[in-house]
Amino acid sequence: MPTPLIELQNVDKVFSNGTVALKRLSLAVGAHEFVSLLGPSGCGKSTALRLIAGLGSVSAGRIDWAGRSGPATDRDIGFVFQEPTLMPWATVFKNVYLPLRLARRGKSEVADRVMDAIAKVGLSGFENAYPRELSGGMKMRVSIARALVTEPKVLLMDEPFAALDEITRFKLNNDLLELWQDQSWTVIFVTHSVYESVYLSNRIVVMAARPGRVVANLDVMAPYPRDENYRTSEPYNQHCRTVSSRLHEAMGQ
Amino acid sequence: MTSDRDLDEPLPIQSGPGAGMRVARVVLPLLVGAVSLFLWDLVVRVNEIPHYILPGPLLVLNTLISDWHTLYPSLLVTLQITFMALSVATAGGVFLAILFTQSRWLELTFFPYAVILQVTPIISIAPLILIYVDNTYVALLICAWIVAFFPILSNTTLGLNSADHNLINLFQLYGASRWQTLWCLRLPSAMPYFLGGLKIAGGLSLIGAIVAEFAAGTAGAETGLAYRILEAGYRLNIPRMFAALILISGTGIVIFLLFSMLAHLVLRKWHESAVKREN
Repeated sequence: MPTPLIELQNVDKVFSNGTVALKRLSLAVGAHEFVSLLGPSGCGKSTALRLIAGLGSVSAGRIDWAGRSGPATDRDIGFVFQEPTLMPWATVFKNVYLPLRLARRGKSEVADRVMDAIAKVGLSGFENAYPRELSGGMKMRVSIARALVTEPKVLLMDEPFAALDEITRFKLNNDLLELWQDQSWTVIFVTHSVYESVYLSNRIVVMAARPGRVVANLDVMAPYPRDENYRTSEPYNQHCRTVSSRLHEAMGQ
Repeated sequence: MTSDRDLDEPLPIQSGPGAGMRVARVVLPLLVGAVSLFLWDLVVRVNEIPHYILPGPLLVLNTLISDWHTLYPSLLVTLQITFMALSVATAGGVFLAILFTQSRWLELTFFPYAVILQVTPIISIAPLILIYVDNTYVALLICAWIVAFFPILSNTTLGLNSADHNLINLFQLYGASRWQTLWCLRLPSAMPYFLGGLKIAGGLSLIGAIVAEFAAGTAGAETGLAYRILEAGYRLNIPRMFAALILISGTGIVIFLLFSMLAHLVLRKWHESAVKREN
Protein backbone atom coordinates (compact mmCIF):
# COMPACT_ATOMS: atom_id res chain seq x y z
CA MET A 1 0.00 0.00 0.00
CA PRO A 2 1.34 3.49 -0.87
CA THR A 3 1.06 6.31 1.67
CA PRO A 4 -2.18 5.56 3.49
CA LEU A 5 -4.92 8.16 3.40
CA ILE A 6 -5.58 7.86 7.11
CA GLU A 7 -3.11 6.43 9.57
CA LEU A 8 -3.59 5.91 13.29
CA GLN A 9 -0.35 5.29 15.14
CA ASN A 10 -0.42 3.87 18.67
CA VAL A 11 -3.51 5.82 19.55
CA ASP A 12 -4.62 5.75 23.20
CA LYS A 13 -7.90 7.18 24.36
CA VAL A 14 -8.60 7.49 28.06
CA PHE A 15 -11.90 9.09 29.10
CA SER A 16 -12.05 11.54 31.98
CA ASN A 17 -13.59 8.86 34.22
CA GLY A 18 -10.46 6.73 33.72
CA THR A 19 -11.91 4.24 31.25
CA VAL A 20 -9.30 3.13 28.74
CA ALA A 21 -11.27 3.05 25.50
CA LEU A 22 -8.35 2.49 23.15
CA LYS A 23 -4.87 1.11 23.82
CA ARG A 24 -2.09 1.49 21.24
CA LEU A 25 -4.47 1.30 18.32
CA SER A 26 -2.72 1.33 14.95
CA LEU A 27 -4.62 1.30 11.72
CA ALA A 28 -3.91 2.40 8.18
CA VAL A 29 -6.60 2.98 5.60
CA GLY A 30 -5.73 3.51 1.93
CA ALA A 31 -7.62 5.59 -0.59
CA HIS A 32 -10.76 3.96 -2.00
CA GLU A 33 -10.76 1.18 0.56
CA PHE A 34 -13.95 -0.03 2.23
CA VAL A 35 -12.79 -0.96 5.72
CA SER A 36 -15.07 -2.33 8.41
CA LEU A 37 -14.25 -1.99 12.09
CA LEU A 38 -15.82 -5.06 13.62
CA GLY A 39 -16.03 -5.92 17.30
CA PRO A 40 -18.22 -6.45 20.34
CA SER A 41 -19.81 -3.48 22.09
CA GLY A 42 -17.34 -1.57 24.18
CA CYS A 43 -14.34 -2.37 22.01
CA GLY A 44 -13.86 1.29 21.15
CA LYS A 45 -14.71 1.07 17.46
CA SER A 46 -17.08 4.04 17.61
CA THR A 47 -14.55 5.95 19.68
CA ALA A 48 -11.90 5.31 17.05
CA LEU A 49 -14.25 6.56 14.33
CA ARG A 50 -15.04 9.74 16.25
CA LEU A 51 -11.34 10.40 16.79
CA ILE A 52 -10.75 10.02 13.07
CA ALA A 53 -13.56 12.53 12.48
CA GLY A 54 -11.86 14.97 14.85
CA LEU A 55 -14.60 14.73 17.48
CA GLY A 56 -12.46 14.58 20.60
CA SER A 57 -8.72 14.34 20.93
CA VAL A 58 -6.36 11.41 21.35
CA SER A 59 -4.74 10.83 24.74
CA ALA A 60 -1.56 9.55 23.11
CA GLY A 61 -0.35 8.65 19.64
CA ARG A 62 -1.27 10.42 16.42
CA ILE A 63 -3.67 10.42 13.53
CA ASP A 64 -2.23 11.41 10.14
CA TRP A 65 -4.16 12.34 7.04
CA ALA A 66 -2.37 11.62 3.76
CA GLY A 67 0.97 11.85 5.55
CA ARG A 68 0.30 15.18 7.28
CA SER A 69 -0.57 15.47 10.91
CA GLY A 70 -3.72 16.97 12.37
CA PRO A 71 -7.41 16.76 11.75
CA ALA A 72 -9.08 16.73 8.40
CA THR A 73 -10.66 19.82 6.96
CA ASP A 74 -14.43 19.97 7.13
CA ARG A 75 -14.99 19.00 3.54
CA ASP A 76 -12.87 15.87 3.62
CA ILE A 77 -15.28 13.79 5.64
CA GLY A 78 -18.89 12.82 5.77
CA PHE A 79 -20.21 11.24 8.96
CA VAL A 80 -23.24 9.00 9.33
CA PHE A 81 -24.43 8.28 12.85
CA GLN A 82 -26.24 5.21 14.13
CA GLU A 83 -29.43 7.26 14.33
CA PRO A 84 -30.44 9.35 11.34
CA THR A 85 -29.73 12.47 13.45
CA LEU A 86 -31.92 14.77 11.38
CA MET A 87 -33.33 18.13 12.41
CA PRO A 88 -37.02 17.34 12.94
CA TRP A 89 -38.08 20.93 12.22
CA ALA A 90 -36.45 20.99 8.79
CA THR A 91 -37.50 19.41 5.52
CA VAL A 92 -35.45 16.75 3.74
CA PHE A 93 -34.02 19.47 1.50
CA LYS A 94 -32.95 21.66 4.42
CA ASN A 95 -31.46 18.71 6.28
CA VAL A 96 -29.33 17.76 3.29
CA TYR A 97 -28.44 21.42 2.67
CA LEU A 98 -27.16 21.81 6.25
CA PRO A 99 -23.41 21.11 5.69
CA LEU A 100 -23.34 23.58 2.79
CA ARG A 101 -25.32 26.11 4.78
CA LEU A 102 -22.79 25.86 7.60
CA ALA A 103 -20.06 26.44 4.98
CA ARG A 104 -21.98 29.66 4.12
CA ARG A 105 -23.00 28.60 0.66
CA GLY A 106 -26.14 30.28 -0.64
CA LYS A 107 -29.18 28.10 -1.04
CA SER A 108 -29.84 28.98 -4.67
CA GLU A 109 -26.18 28.52 -5.50
CA VAL A 110 -26.08 24.90 -4.32
CA ALA A 111 -29.70 23.82 -4.78
CA ASP A 112 -28.71 21.57 -7.68
CA ARG A 113 -26.08 19.81 -5.59
CA VAL A 114 -28.59 19.23 -2.81
CA MET A 115 -31.19 17.87 -5.22
CA ASP A 116 -28.53 15.69 -6.79
CA ALA A 117 -27.55 14.20 -3.42
CA ILE A 118 -31.21 13.53 -2.63
CA ALA A 119 -31.62 11.84 -6.01
CA LYS A 120 -28.54 9.68 -5.42
CA VAL A 121 -30.13 8.12 -2.35
CA GLY A 122 -33.39 7.60 -4.25
CA LEU A 123 -35.51 10.17 -2.42
CA SER A 124 -36.42 12.51 -5.28
CA GLY A 125 -39.91 13.84 -4.68
CA PHE A 126 -39.47 13.87 -0.90
CA GLU A 127 -37.54 17.15 -0.72
CA ASN A 128 -40.32 18.92 1.16
CA ALA A 129 -41.21 16.07 3.51
CA TYR A 130 -40.44 16.36 7.22
CA PRO A 131 -38.41 13.60 8.91
CA ARG A 132 -41.39 12.35 10.91
CA GLU A 133 -43.25 11.61 7.70
CA LEU A 134 -40.48 9.21 6.62
CA SER A 135 -39.79 5.59 7.49
CA GLY A 136 -36.63 4.55 9.33
CA GLY A 137 -34.90 3.49 6.12
CA MET A 138 -35.77 6.72 4.34
CA LYS A 139 -34.48 8.79 7.27
CA MET A 140 -31.18 6.93 7.05
CA ARG A 141 -31.07 7.71 3.31
CA VAL A 142 -31.49 11.41 4.12
CA SER A 143 -28.62 11.08 6.57
CA ILE A 144 -26.45 9.53 3.85
CA ALA A 145 -27.45 12.23 1.37
CA ARG A 146 -26.40 14.86 3.90
CA ALA A 147 -23.02 13.13 4.29
CA LEU A 148 -22.37 13.02 0.55
CA VAL A 149 -23.60 16.51 -0.38
CA THR A 150 -20.17 17.97 0.38
CA GLU A 151 -18.59 15.38 -1.94
CA PRO A 152 -16.26 14.12 0.79
CA LYS A 153 -13.23 11.92 0.17
CA VAL A 154 -13.92 9.83 3.23
CA LEU A 155 -17.20 8.54 4.54
CA LEU A 156 -17.26 7.53 8.21
CA MET A 157 -20.22 5.41 9.22
CA ASP A 158 -21.04 4.46 12.80
CA GLU A 159 -23.30 1.38 12.73
CA PRO A 160 -25.60 3.24 10.35
CA PHE A 161 -27.97 0.37 9.62
CA ALA A 162 -28.02 -1.32 13.05
CA ALA A 163 -31.48 -0.04 13.93
CA LEU A 164 -33.12 -1.05 10.64
CA ASP A 165 -34.99 -4.22 9.76
CA GLU A 166 -33.10 -6.80 7.74
CA ILE A 167 -34.88 -6.24 4.43
CA THR A 168 -34.25 -2.49 4.54
CA ARG A 169 -30.69 -3.09 5.67
CA PHE A 170 -29.92 -5.39 2.72
CA LYS A 171 -31.34 -2.83 0.33
CA LEU A 172 -29.27 -0.03 1.85
CA ASN A 173 -26.17 -2.25 1.83
CA ASN A 174 -26.53 -2.70 -1.93
CA ASP A 175 -27.19 0.97 -2.52
CA LEU A 176 -24.21 1.96 -0.40
CA LEU A 177 -21.92 -0.37 -2.38
CA GLU A 178 -23.16 1.12 -5.65
CA LEU A 179 -22.52 4.63 -4.39
CA TRP A 180 -19.09 3.66 -3.13
CA GLN A 181 -18.10 2.34 -6.54
CA ASP A 182 -19.52 5.43 -8.31
CA GLN A 183 -18.00 8.01 -6.02
CA SER A 184 -14.60 6.45 -5.38
CA TRP A 185 -14.90 7.16 -1.68
CA THR A 186 -12.90 5.74 1.13
CA VAL A 187 -15.32 4.23 3.63
CA ILE A 188 -14.70 3.34 7.26
CA PHE A 189 -17.70 1.41 8.47
CA VAL A 190 -18.26 0.51 12.10
CA THR A 191 -20.45 -2.54 12.64
CA HIS A 192 -21.06 -5.41 15.01
CA SER A 193 -22.39 -7.65 12.28
CA VAL A 194 -20.01 -10.22 10.80
CA TYR A 195 -22.33 -10.76 7.83
CA GLU A 196 -22.65 -7.09 7.02
CA SER A 197 -18.92 -6.51 7.21
CA VAL A 198 -18.13 -9.47 4.94
CA TYR A 199 -20.77 -8.35 2.46
CA LEU A 200 -19.59 -4.76 2.23
CA SER A 201 -15.91 -4.42 2.87
CA ASN A 202 -12.66 -5.33 1.19
CA ARG A 203 -10.92 -5.35 4.55
CA ILE A 204 -12.16 -6.15 8.04
CA VAL A 205 -10.39 -4.91 11.14
CA VAL A 206 -11.40 -7.08 14.09
CA MET A 207 -11.21 -5.33 17.45
CA ALA A 208 -11.30 -6.61 21.02
CA ALA A 209 -12.53 -4.86 24.13
CA ARG A 210 -11.01 -3.76 27.44
CA PRO A 211 -8.88 -2.12 26.31
CA GLY A 212 -9.94 -1.52 22.71
CA ARG A 213 -7.32 -2.77 20.28
CA VAL A 214 -6.90 -4.38 16.87
CA VAL A 215 -6.62 -8.18 16.94
CA ALA A 216 -6.91 -9.08 13.27
CA ASN A 217 -6.73 -7.54 9.81
CA LEU A 218 -8.58 -9.69 7.27
CA ASP A 219 -8.86 -9.07 3.53
CA VAL A 220 -12.10 -10.02 1.83
CA MET A 221 -10.99 -11.02 -1.64
CA ALA A 222 -14.40 -11.33 -3.28
CA PRO A 223 -14.69 -9.06 -6.34
CA TYR A 224 -17.09 -6.15 -6.73
CA PRO A 225 -19.82 -5.54 -7.77
CA ARG A 226 -21.37 -7.76 -5.15
CA ASP A 227 -25.05 -8.58 -5.17
CA GLU A 228 -27.56 -10.84 -3.46
CA ASN A 229 -25.97 -13.92 -5.10
CA TYR A 230 -22.81 -13.18 -3.16
CA ARG A 231 -24.77 -13.44 0.10
CA THR A 232 -25.44 -17.11 -0.54
CA SER A 233 -22.13 -17.99 -2.22
CA GLU A 234 -19.55 -20.36 -0.79
CA PRO A 235 -16.72 -17.73 -0.62
CA TYR A 236 -19.05 -15.49 1.39
CA ASN A 237 -19.77 -18.28 3.87
CA GLN A 238 -16.09 -19.07 4.05
CA HIS A 239 -15.24 -15.47 4.88
CA CYS A 240 -17.99 -15.30 7.47
CA ARG A 241 -16.64 -18.42 9.19
CA THR A 242 -13.11 -17.02 9.25
CA VAL A 243 -14.18 -13.64 10.57
CA SER A 244 -16.49 -15.21 13.16
CA SER A 245 -13.77 -17.44 14.52
CA ARG A 246 -11.33 -14.52 14.78
CA LEU A 247 -13.99 -12.50 16.55
CA HIS A 248 -14.61 -15.33 19.00
CA GLU A 249 -10.90 -15.66 19.65
CA ALA A 250 -10.79 -11.95 20.32
CA MET A 251 -13.67 -12.13 22.74
CA GLY A 252 -12.28 -15.19 24.50
CA GLN A 253 -8.99 -13.50 25.34
CA MET B 1 -28.47 4.56 -5.91
CA THR B 2 -31.36 2.74 -7.49
CA SER B 3 -34.58 4.61 -7.85
CA ASP B 4 -36.90 2.18 -6.12
CA ARG B 5 -37.32 2.90 -2.44
CA ASP B 6 -37.32 0.95 0.75
CA LEU B 7 -40.02 -1.61 1.14
CA ASP B 8 -41.38 0.16 4.15
CA GLU B 9 -43.69 2.96 3.16
CA PRO B 10 -43.74 6.42 4.71
CA LEU B 11 -46.07 6.60 7.67
CA PRO B 12 -49.32 8.37 6.92
CA ILE B 13 -50.11 11.27 9.22
CA GLN B 14 -53.73 11.40 10.18
CA SER B 15 -55.55 14.69 10.40
CA GLY B 16 -56.74 14.16 13.98
CA PRO B 17 -59.24 12.34 16.13
CA GLY B 18 -62.61 11.38 14.72
CA ALA B 19 -65.45 13.85 14.26
CA GLY B 20 -67.37 12.40 17.24
CA MET B 21 -64.44 13.06 19.54
CA ARG B 22 -64.12 16.63 18.30
CA VAL B 23 -67.81 17.36 18.90
CA ALA B 24 -67.61 15.79 22.37
CA ARG B 25 -64.65 17.99 23.23
CA VAL B 26 -66.83 21.08 22.77
CA VAL B 27 -70.23 19.77 23.78
CA LEU B 28 -69.37 18.01 27.05
CA PRO B 29 -67.78 21.00 28.84
CA LEU B 30 -70.58 23.27 27.55
CA LEU B 31 -73.15 20.85 28.94
CA VAL B 32 -71.50 20.88 32.37
CA GLY B 33 -71.41 24.69 32.25
CA ALA B 34 -75.07 24.95 31.33
CA VAL B 35 -76.14 22.55 34.09
CA SER B 36 -74.06 24.45 36.69
CA LEU B 37 -75.56 27.79 35.64
CA PHE B 38 -79.04 26.29 35.88
CA LEU B 39 -78.37 24.88 39.36
CA TRP B 40 -76.86 28.19 40.48
CA ASP B 41 -79.97 30.04 39.31
CA LEU B 42 -82.22 27.46 40.95
CA VAL B 43 -80.44 27.69 44.32
CA VAL B 44 -80.67 31.50 44.29
CA ARG B 45 -84.37 31.47 43.37
CA VAL B 46 -85.55 28.68 45.65
CA ASN B 47 -83.71 30.02 48.72
CA GLU B 48 -84.52 33.61 47.81
CA ILE B 49 -80.90 34.61 48.41
CA PRO B 50 -80.57 38.41 48.28
CA HIS B 51 -78.39 39.69 45.41
CA TYR B 52 -75.92 41.40 47.80
CA ILE B 53 -75.00 37.91 49.05
CA LEU B 54 -75.19 35.79 45.92
CA PRO B 55 -76.56 37.20 42.67
CA GLY B 56 -78.03 34.85 40.09
CA PRO B 57 -76.23 34.31 36.79
CA LEU B 58 -78.69 36.47 34.86
CA LEU B 59 -78.13 39.43 37.15
CA VAL B 60 -74.36 39.01 36.75
CA LEU B 61 -74.77 39.04 32.98
CA ASN B 62 -76.99 42.14 33.19
CA THR B 63 -74.42 43.88 35.37
CA LEU B 64 -71.66 42.95 32.95
CA ILE B 65 -73.62 44.68 30.18
CA SER B 66 -74.86 47.68 32.19
CA ASP B 67 -71.46 48.33 33.83
CA TRP B 68 -69.51 47.72 30.62
CA HIS B 69 -68.58 51.41 30.41
CA THR B 70 -66.77 51.10 33.76
CA LEU B 71 -65.42 47.59 33.37
CA TYR B 72 -64.12 47.86 29.80
CA PRO B 73 -61.51 50.61 30.47
CA SER B 74 -60.35 48.58 33.49
CA LEU B 75 -60.07 45.47 31.35
CA LEU B 76 -57.87 47.42 28.95
CA VAL B 77 -55.61 48.56 31.79
CA THR B 78 -55.22 45.01 33.09
CA LEU B 79 -54.63 43.67 29.57
CA GLN B 80 -52.02 46.31 28.93
CA ILE B 81 -50.09 45.50 32.11
CA THR B 82 -50.37 41.79 31.41
CA PHE B 83 -49.05 41.96 27.87
CA MET B 84 -46.36 44.53 28.60
CA ALA B 85 -45.10 42.37 31.46
CA LEU B 86 -45.27 39.25 29.29
CA SER B 87 -43.35 40.91 26.46
CA VAL B 88 -40.60 42.14 28.75
CA ALA B 89 -40.49 38.74 30.50
CA THR B 90 -40.25 36.94 27.16
CA ALA B 91 -37.51 39.15 25.78
CA GLY B 92 -35.57 39.09 29.06
CA GLY B 93 -36.10 35.37 29.69
CA VAL B 94 -34.98 34.31 26.23
CA PHE B 95 -32.03 36.68 26.28
CA LEU B 96 -30.84 35.44 29.68
CA ALA B 97 -31.39 31.80 28.67
CA ILE B 98 -29.18 32.34 25.62
CA LEU B 99 -26.51 33.98 27.79
CA PHE B 100 -26.72 31.05 30.23
CA THR B 101 -26.14 28.48 27.50
CA GLN B 102 -23.24 30.48 26.10
CA SER B 103 -21.51 30.72 29.45
CA ARG B 104 -21.76 28.06 32.09
CA TRP B 105 -20.27 30.53 34.61
CA LEU B 106 -23.04 33.04 34.10
CA GLU B 107 -25.61 30.31 34.61
CA LEU B 108 -23.94 29.08 37.80
CA THR B 109 -23.77 32.63 39.13
CA PHE B 110 -27.22 33.96 38.33
CA PHE B 111 -29.62 31.03 38.08
CA PRO B 112 -30.06 30.75 41.88
CA TYR B 113 -31.26 34.35 41.96
CA ALA B 114 -33.81 33.62 39.26
CA VAL B 115 -35.05 30.79 41.47
CA ILE B 116 -35.25 33.06 44.53
CA LEU B 117 -37.27 35.52 42.49
CA GLN B 118 -39.61 32.70 41.52
CA VAL B 119 -40.15 31.06 44.92
CA THR B 120 -40.82 34.30 46.82
CA PRO B 121 -44.60 34.82 46.72
CA ILE B 122 -45.38 37.92 44.69
CA ILE B 123 -48.03 39.02 47.18
CA SER B 124 -45.30 39.43 49.81
CA ILE B 125 -42.95 41.54 47.68
CA ALA B 126 -45.62 43.60 45.95
CA PRO B 127 -46.11 46.05 48.87
CA LEU B 128 -42.35 46.72 48.98
CA ILE B 129 -42.18 47.29 45.25
CA LEU B 130 -45.12 49.68 45.55
CA ILE B 131 -43.25 51.62 48.22
CA TYR B 132 -39.97 51.92 46.33
CA VAL B 133 -41.35 52.54 42.86
CA ASP B 134 -43.15 55.84 42.65
CA ASN B 135 -45.05 55.15 39.49
CA THR B 136 -47.80 52.64 40.33
CA TYR B 137 -48.10 51.52 36.73
CA VAL B 138 -44.42 50.64 36.61
CA ALA B 139 -44.69 48.90 39.98
CA LEU B 140 -47.56 46.73 38.72
CA LEU B 141 -45.55 45.97 35.62
CA ILE B 142 -42.59 44.84 37.70
CA CYS B 143 -44.78 42.55 39.81
CA ALA B 144 -46.35 40.91 36.76
CA TRP B 145 -42.94 40.60 35.15
CA ILE B 146 -41.45 38.80 38.16
CA VAL B 147 -43.98 35.97 38.00
CA ALA B 148 -43.96 35.65 34.22
CA PHE B 149 -40.22 35.73 33.85
CA PHE B 150 -39.15 32.44 35.42
CA PRO B 151 -41.12 29.91 33.33
CA ILE B 152 -39.75 31.52 30.17
CA LEU B 153 -36.19 31.52 31.48
CA SER B 154 -36.17 27.98 32.86
CA ASN B 155 -38.04 26.40 29.95
CA THR B 156 -35.93 28.12 27.32
CA THR B 157 -32.72 27.22 29.14
CA LEU B 158 -33.82 23.60 29.29
CA GLY B 159 -34.74 23.68 25.61
CA LEU B 160 -31.47 25.24 24.50
CA ASN B 161 -29.58 22.57 26.43
CA SER B 162 -31.57 19.65 25.08
CA ALA B 163 -30.41 19.86 21.47
CA ASP B 164 -29.54 16.39 20.10
CA HIS B 165 -25.92 15.66 21.02
CA ASN B 166 -25.19 13.92 17.77
CA LEU B 167 -26.43 16.98 15.91
CA ILE B 168 -24.14 19.14 18.03
CA ASN B 169 -21.29 16.83 17.01
CA LEU B 170 -22.34 17.11 13.40
CA PHE B 171 -22.30 20.91 13.60
CA GLN B 172 -18.84 20.71 15.15
CA LEU B 173 -17.71 18.37 12.38
CA TYR B 174 -18.75 20.85 9.70
CA GLY B 175 -16.99 23.70 11.50
CA ALA B 176 -20.14 25.55 12.56
CA SER B 177 -19.61 28.79 14.47
CA ARG B 178 -21.17 29.38 17.88
CA TRP B 179 -23.70 31.68 16.28
CA GLN B 180 -24.63 29.06 13.63
CA THR B 181 -25.07 26.38 16.26
CA LEU B 182 -27.27 28.71 18.29
CA TRP B 183 -29.37 29.91 15.38
CA CYS B 184 -29.72 26.71 13.34
CA LEU B 185 -29.75 24.13 16.11
CA ARG B 186 -30.25 25.31 19.68
CA LEU B 187 -33.02 27.83 19.09
CA PRO B 188 -35.19 25.50 16.98
CA SER B 189 -34.62 22.72 19.53
CA ALA B 190 -35.77 25.06 22.29
CA MET B 191 -38.91 26.15 20.46
CA PRO B 192 -41.34 23.57 21.96
CA TYR B 193 -39.99 24.25 25.47
CA PHE B 194 -40.18 28.01 24.97
CA LEU B 195 -43.76 27.82 23.72
CA GLY B 196 -44.67 25.68 26.74
CA GLY B 197 -43.11 28.31 28.98
CA LEU B 198 -45.00 31.06 27.18
CA LYS B 199 -48.30 29.27 27.80
CA ILE B 200 -47.57 29.19 31.54
CA ALA B 201 -46.14 32.72 31.64
CA GLY B 202 -49.18 34.14 29.83
CA GLY B 203 -51.50 32.99 32.61
CA LEU B 204 -49.02 33.95 35.31
CA SER B 205 -48.52 37.49 34.07
CA LEU B 206 -52.28 38.03 34.31
CA ILE B 207 -52.23 36.65 37.85
CA GLY B 208 -49.22 38.84 38.66
CA ALA B 209 -50.96 41.94 37.35
CA ILE B 210 -54.13 41.21 39.35
CA VAL B 211 -52.29 40.35 42.57
CA ALA B 212 -50.17 43.49 42.36
CA GLU B 213 -53.27 45.60 41.81
CA PHE B 214 -54.86 44.10 44.91
CA ALA B 215 -51.71 44.93 46.86
CA ALA B 216 -51.79 48.47 45.49
CA GLY B 217 -55.40 48.64 46.66
CA THR B 218 -57.30 51.89 46.29
CA ALA B 219 -54.04 53.80 46.44
CA GLY B 220 -53.41 52.76 42.86
CA ALA B 221 -53.82 55.52 40.35
CA GLU B 222 -54.57 53.01 37.64
CA THR B 223 -57.93 51.32 37.67
CA GLY B 224 -57.57 47.76 36.50
CA LEU B 225 -60.04 44.93 37.01
CA ALA B 226 -58.72 44.04 40.47
CA TYR B 227 -59.32 47.60 41.55
CA ARG B 228 -62.90 47.31 40.29
CA ILE B 229 -63.37 44.18 42.39
CA LEU B 230 -62.04 45.92 45.51
CA GLU B 231 -64.17 48.96 44.86
CA ALA B 232 -67.32 46.91 44.26
CA GLY B 233 -66.55 44.91 47.42
CA TYR B 234 -66.47 48.05 49.56
CA ARG B 235 -69.84 49.02 48.12
CA LEU B 236 -71.27 45.52 48.52
CA ASN B 237 -71.92 45.53 44.80
CA ILE B 238 -71.58 41.75 44.55
CA PRO B 239 -72.94 41.40 41.00
CA ARG B 240 -70.21 43.71 39.71
CA MET B 241 -67.57 41.69 41.59
CA PHE B 242 -68.80 38.63 39.74
CA ALA B 243 -68.83 40.50 36.43
CA ALA B 244 -65.21 41.62 36.88
CA LEU B 245 -64.25 38.11 37.92
CA ILE B 246 -65.78 36.73 34.73
CA LEU B 247 -63.77 39.20 32.68
CA ILE B 248 -60.55 38.15 34.42
CA SER B 249 -61.21 34.44 33.89
CA GLY B 250 -62.24 35.12 30.29
CA THR B 251 -58.99 37.00 29.70
CA GLY B 252 -57.02 34.09 31.16
CA ILE B 253 -58.83 31.61 28.92
CA VAL B 254 -58.27 33.75 25.81
CA ILE B 255 -54.56 34.10 26.64
CA PHE B 256 -54.25 30.35 27.08
CA LEU B 257 -56.07 29.60 23.83
CA LEU B 258 -54.00 32.18 21.99
CA PHE B 259 -50.72 30.62 23.00
CA SER B 260 -51.99 27.08 22.49
CA MET B 261 -52.89 28.07 18.97
CA LEU B 262 -49.53 29.72 18.43
CA ALA B 263 -47.73 26.59 19.67
CA HIS B 264 -49.82 24.42 17.39
CA LEU B 265 -49.14 26.62 14.35
CA VAL B 266 -45.41 26.68 14.95
CA LEU B 267 -44.97 23.00 15.84
CA ARG B 268 -47.62 21.20 13.80
CA LYS B 269 -45.21 20.19 11.05
CA TRP B 270 -42.67 18.41 13.18
CA HIS B 271 -43.15 18.17 16.93
CA GLU B 272 -44.73 15.15 18.58
CA SER B 273 -46.95 17.34 20.76
CA ALA B 274 -48.66 18.96 17.79
CA VAL B 275 -48.95 16.13 15.28
CA LYS B 276 -51.85 13.81 15.94
CA ARG B 277 -51.73 10.22 14.87
CA GLU B 278 -54.30 7.49 14.73
CA ASN B 279 -53.22 4.37 16.59
